Formats: sequence, C-alpha cells, structure tokens
Amino acid sequence: MVDAPPRLGPPPTRLVLAGAVAAAFLLLPLVALVVAAPWDRLWSIVSADSAREALWLSLWTSTIAAGLCLLAGLPLAWLLARVAFPGRRLVRALVTVPLVLPPVVAGVALLSAFGRTGMIGQPLREAFGTQIPYTTVAVILAHTFVALPFFVLSLEGALRATPLRLESAAATLGATRWTTFRRVTLPLAAPGLAAGLVLAWARSLGEFGATITFAGNYPGTTRTLPLDVYTALQADRDAAVALSLVLLVVCVLVLVTLRERWWGVR
Amino acid sequence: MKKLIPLVLIALAVTGCGSDDTTKGSADRTLTVLAASSLTGTFTQLAQTFEQRNAGVHVKLVFDSSATLAQQTIEHAPGDVLATADQKTMDDAKTGGGVDGDPKQFATNVLTLAVPSGNPAHIATLKDLDKDGVDYLTCVTTAPCGAAAQKLLAGNGIMRKPVSEEVDVKAVLAKVVAGEADAGLVYATDVTASQGKVTGLEVPGAADSPNTYWVAVAANAKDDALAAQWIDFLTGGEGKAVLEAAGFGTAG
Repeated sequence: MVDAPPRLGPPPTRLVLAGAVAAAFLLLPLVALVVAAPWDRLWSIVSADSAREALWLSLWTSTIAAGLCLLAGLPLAWLLARVAFPGRRLVRALVTVPLVLPPVVAGVALLSAFGRTGMIGQPLREAFGTQIPYTTVAVILAHTFVALPFFVLSLEGALRATPLRLESAAATLGATRWTTFRRVTLPLAAPGLAAGLVLAWARSLGEFGATITFAGNYPGTTRTLPLDVYTALQADRDAAVALSLVLLVVCVLVLVTLRERWWGVR
Repeated sequence: MKKLIPLVLIALAVTGCGSDDTTKGSADRTLTVLAASSLTGTFTQLAQTFEQRNAGVHVKLVFDSSATLAQQTIEHAPGDVLATADQKTMDDAKTGGGVDGDPKQFATNVLTLAVPSGNPAHIATLKDLDKDGVDYLTCVTTAPCGAAAQKLLAGNGIMRKPVSEEVDVKAVLAKVVAGEADAGLVYATDVTASQGKVTGLEVPGAADSPNTYWVAVAANAKDDALAAQWIDFLTGGEGKAVLEAAGFGTAG
C-alpha cells in the first residue's frame, strides 16, 4: 500500500516559484564563480607559495579558533542553559552582539582593547614588551571573537533541547553535578556540540573584516585566504576568482565530510 | 576617547568607505571621479571649487587604491574620470579598455617615512626600520605606494619586512596616526595633510624616482564633456596651485 499523504492538495505555484527563485539566487553566483575561473592558469595560481601559505594559515588558525570556542564556549553555553543566575538574559544578549556586529566593527573594537594603544594592549606592551596586532595570535583572537557566539548559541540550543529529567535521574542516583555534566549532559548534546564546532570553524575560515582591521595583512603571519583573495583582487581578478574557488571547495568538502560523519546521510 | 577617531578612520580606510557623498542639492549633472586615495584632500577641495564654478554640477568622489579603481574602470563601474597614483595602474586601465584617449600626467609625489607624533620608537632615518622591535607598515605591493615602497626599501638595503601591507596609503597613515605602528611609508602629501599628527622623515632616493599621477576619461563615462572639463581644470593653473599647496610636484 502506498503511504498516501493527507489531502492537502498540490503545493501552491507561487510558493514553489518563490522558493525556486531563492534557491537559484543562492546558487547562481557560485556557478558564475566556477564558470569565471581561469582554468588554464588555475593550478599555477593555487599552487603558488603565497596561496598555499594563506590556505594553510587559514586552516590551522580556524582550527585553533574552533578549539578555543570549545574551551570557552562550552562552560558559557552550559551556564546559560542550565543555571538561573541573575542577569542571565543580559549575558545571553551580550553574547549575541558580536553575532550581528559587522566584522570590521569587531576589528575596531578588538583594536581598542588589544591594539598597541588599546585598553589592554598598551599596558601589556609596556609591561612585557609584547604586542598582539600583526601576529598570528591576533588572527586567532579575531576568529574566536566572531565565531564564539555561533558556537555558544548553537550549543545552548542543543543543551536546552536535552531533557532535564535525565539529569535529575542521574542526580537521584547520587551523581554529582560535575559527573552528570560529563556523563549525561555532554553525550546528549554531542550532535549540537559538533554542529556548533563546524559553524565556528566555518565562520573562522571565512573571517575577513575583523582580521584585516585588527591583525593586519602580511603573507605568512596574518594574510589568511580571504585576505589573499582581497589582495589579489587589487591587481589580478582571475587570481582572486581562482583563490575564491579554493575556499569554496574547502568549505563544501568539510561540510560534506562532517555531515556524513556526524549526522548520517538521510 | 580621542583614540576612537583614528580607529574609525582605520575602519573607513580598510573598508574603502571613502566616497564623498555629503554634498546635497538638486544637481543636474553629476561627475564621478575615481581617484587614488592620496588625492583625498586636494580633490575634495578642487571638487568644491569646480561645483561653485559650474552651477548645477555635482562632483562625486570615490577614493580607493589606484589598482582597485583601475580594475573597476575595466569592469565598467560607474565613473567619468580616473586618476591614479602611478603610471602602471593607468597603463593597466588603458590596456584593459577602462579609459579612453591619452592619459595625462598631472602631478608627482615622493614617498616619505611617517612616524607618529612623539616618535615612540625613536626613528631617525630609514635605516632604523632594520632595528628589532620596530613595526612599520607599507601599502600592499599592487598599490602604487606599495610598489614604490618595495623599490626604495630594497634600494636602501632594508632587510626587515613590514608587519602589515595595508590596502591603500590612507590605511597606512591612519594606523600610524593611531599609534598602531612605529612608522609607515606614505606620500609626502599625506604627512602635510595629517596636520602634525605624524612627522615625515626623508627617504634616501625617494626624490629621484617620484610617483607620477595620471588622469584620463573613463571608457564608461556618462558625460565626456564634463570629464574633459575636469581634466582641464585639474591640469590648469588653479588645479596646479591646489596640488602644489598640498605638497605635490606639478612640473611637466
């Protein structure tokens, strides 16, 4: 027997059309990017030392940023989801701010705090002679700053969705709250945690505005792949298209791989 | 928060939000001038005079790296006039079909080493850039100021690299003004325009190979006559006077 759908009728044409337009709008620029790629020069552009350096820098700084998001974001997400402390709503709102902040503004804010003349940057420089801008540390800070809200909010959502009664059951069986967190809460929220990590990583990989404003733009130390694309665009559009293609392929590859591993193909 | 202003300038410079769109009014004709960011001060001043002389004309100024603007004319971005800070970017625009006719040279400029007021790193000459712990900036090498800087640094045997390559000369200047770098290679005219916020130190050899500024009508110009009129105004006595007052050379 065929599983007959309830009699809702066919989907309205106007919704189908509007949906198709939206999908085409998202897809078209990516198709154009592939079409515009200078295929004959592609390999020489993307295998150039500068491009490989930028890609490598992007990959490892994004990975560290995702790791920092995990270290700092997990406790924060748990507090927001499970502990009713005063000002919780305010803290959640503050976490959301960098999410909607234009990245270049995030860069200016980071400069104000950690720049050479910044609130923390200046005392740091005077006391220890170290500075953050123009170093890879600045890139990682910029990445973490923009990626952390994505991680915290997606993990908090996942934690809220896990049933509280399982934690209560663990508590009645004598588990401490720390044990409950490790053995019950965390495994239940694992898919959400993984999704949050992927989001944070992808956001880091694409980060541009905060990085160029706060960290600077120098090959090998601060010029990540998006900055390399932008720099190439000043002089050689074909090169910029080719490098963009690399970034696109990396994103798609990672998302496809992780999707299979963590959510299963449906 | 006096520090906030230079930081906002950095943001503007970095994002390329340099277009001047403040003049309001019912303009009948609009002239869009795409100009190298080192021309910000002089072109803003000249545009005001040009508007006063020509009733009903509104001049819209777009400042960015010459390389970016040259690329934009090739892609037929809106713009009537292109003014670049070196010959290479103008040649690129011409080869790519971005400008019509013969580009005219209208000014020269020399690179100088700008240090923040107070000179915290005690830089006295270009050679000091080789000292450990001195963080200096240049433009990205595709921009005229970056190409010139690279040549001069090599010519003077400076081994240490800049800590960052900024997208255009105003971005370099903004960071030096904000104290976010110990020094930066900018144009002599930028030091003049900063009104004492930075000090300029002479770069050996800079005067021997000045940057040349070129202007041409964009291929995509909507108003060729008005564009030609701007170029005449720029290369005429009044234009020269404004450029010279800002520290540009106008010989030739």
